[in-house]
Amino acid sequence: MRAKDIFSGLLVLFGIGLLITACSAFGQATWSDEEVAKLRSLWIGSLPPLPVDPSNQYADDSGAAAFGQKLFFDTRFSSNGKVACATCHMPEKLFQDGTPLAHGVGTTDRRTMTIIGTAYSPWFFWDGRKDSQWAQALGPMESPVEHGSNRTYYAHIIDQYYRAEYESIFGDMPEVSHLPLLRGSVQSAEVRAAREAMSTEDQENVTWIYVNMGKSIAAYERHLIPGESRFDQYVEAILNNDNQTAKTILTSHEIAGLRLFIGKANCTNCHNGPLFTNNDFHNTGVPTAEGQPDDIGRAGGTQKVLADEFNCLSMYSDAEPDDCAELRYMVTDGHQLERQFKPPSLRNVAERGPYMHAGQFATLEEVLKHYNTAPPAPAGHSELETLNLTEEQIAQIIDFLKTLDSPINTDAQWLIKP
Amino acid sequence: MKQATKKSLFSRILPWICGLILLSAITIGCSATGPTHISTSDISTTAILSTDKPITPTPGLDFSTTRLSNNGWFRVSYASSENIVPVNKMHQWTLHLETADGELIENATITVDGDMPEHGHGLPTRPQVTEYLGNGDYLVEGMKFQMGGWWVMDFTITANNRTDAVHFNMKLN
Repeated sequence: MRAKDIFSGLLVLFGIGLLITACSAFGQATWSDEEVAKLRSLWIGSLPPLPVDPSNQYADDSGAAAFGQKLFFDTRFSSNGKVACATCHMPEKLFQDGTPLAHGVGTTDRRTMTIIGTAYSPWFFWDGRKDSQWAQALGPMESPVEHGSNRTYYAHIIDQYYRAEYESIFGDMPEVSHLPLLRGSVQSAEVRAAREAMSTEDQENVTWIYVNMGKSIAAYERHLIPGESRFDQYVEAILNNDNQTAKTILTSHEIAGLRLFIGKANCTNCHNGPLFTNNDFHNTGVPTAEGQPDDIGRAGGTQKVLADEFNCLSMYSDAEPDDCAELRYMVTDGHQLERQFKPPSLRNVAERGPYMHAGQFATLEEVLKHYNTAPPAPAGHSELETLNLTEEQIAQIIDFLKTLDSPINTDAQWLIKP
Repeated sequence: MKQATKKSLFSRILPWICGLILLSAITIGCSATGPTHISTSDISTTAILSTDKPITPTPGLDFSTTRLSNNGWFRVSYASSENIVPVNKMHQWTLHLETADGELIENATITVDGDMPEHGHGLPTRPQVTEYLGNGDYLVEGMKFQMGGWWVMDFTITANNRTDAVHFNMKLN
């Protein structure tokens, strides 16, 4: 009798053991319907086809893309002959430069953003001061600290080296050889005076050439789309109910990080959708960069994009006013804009330090600790709340973020200087 | 003899009792580590104003797409240009206005606002009613939501010399 009792007890304990094992597996790898829906929304397979850009009639012109690629890598479009778009948007570094602040002919006050996947964004730069890829491309070209030169000088370069290719895409190129050949910044008194001395027609001709340069660079940049990561392979297996395969793709540590990412850590409030960004603007209390002036972020960006000579509603845009809903219904004022910045895509984030708009954090550990403690914003109102994550949980989230590494989903020809 | 039988019975069921207690404890622990479902019908609030402090929803929230305005003067319904109200996509709404008695309202002026009570922030856009479409329908352009979660859309309507507001709750994924 006593032996039977002992046997019964052992049987129960064995059952408990089995249950604990099942429970442990359940806790690690089972996802609720709601969580699966969230995983699907983050999956690269949910990325819609490349959206049309109504403001750029050359956006999908293959000739314009090839021309744009040449311009992107050509250092002649700068005041010192040493700076091209690719100087900061380096293909070998995921089209960014890995430094806190960008270095052109001078030094900017913000971090270089990657170009990969930006064809999906309605806003450009950390503060959204541009509303199309082509308008964005033209910003640094005339920035005194980036390319450092001016559009009349660039028209001369096109005339000298690219006239036939330009005309094959855009038709007859106006005569520019009689215009002043000054290499300096658009902000220099000499260049400004020379431009003011030009006829209105010449000024407009030069600006149209400049606009077509931007539209060509944008046509090129549309080829830079993120590819499939280990995370995407994992989600695909989950969506196929193939848990066996799923288990071989991500570790339990990475899965725990993913669960925190879409849950307790609130990351998907801003880093949502298949590009892991909502392309909106948020104040997350990021500290002021050492040695940098206060940065008001989106509060300044809204005013700049409204005044931008190349915005969606401008004469240089190919869009109809109805196509410009983002600009027309933009929030233009209010305390909430203060010190808001655009959340970057997290695809390849582990390879893209330092982090934040002026590279304030060198590592993902620093980033996660910031989000965990949620300090007050230097200005405006931080949207963060304290997360109370443990050191282990922070490490799990970072491990998950590393699963977002992926190659660029494009032909190799677009990743090199032509 | 009786006492001996009792003892024996007790000693026989003891492991099972212990086992059941342990099983219950583990099941509770297990369900706590597993994914939790919160039904949207479980959350509710009556305070729908924008605030700096997060508001915790309380049970009974109404997610209908047709609602009476606060004072009962207007019956309002909305339909999105997308099948499911999307996140991160500019889209349009059509707002349909009637009086409480079912009479179409054709001369309304409407202002639009929206926010996430739990987050203390509003919409990423400033939507506007841009056109009267006929049949009590009004076009709302500039609709966009930048994240999933509980959203509240507020419409303030002035028509027939009366002003009243209507609130719609939404749970976006």
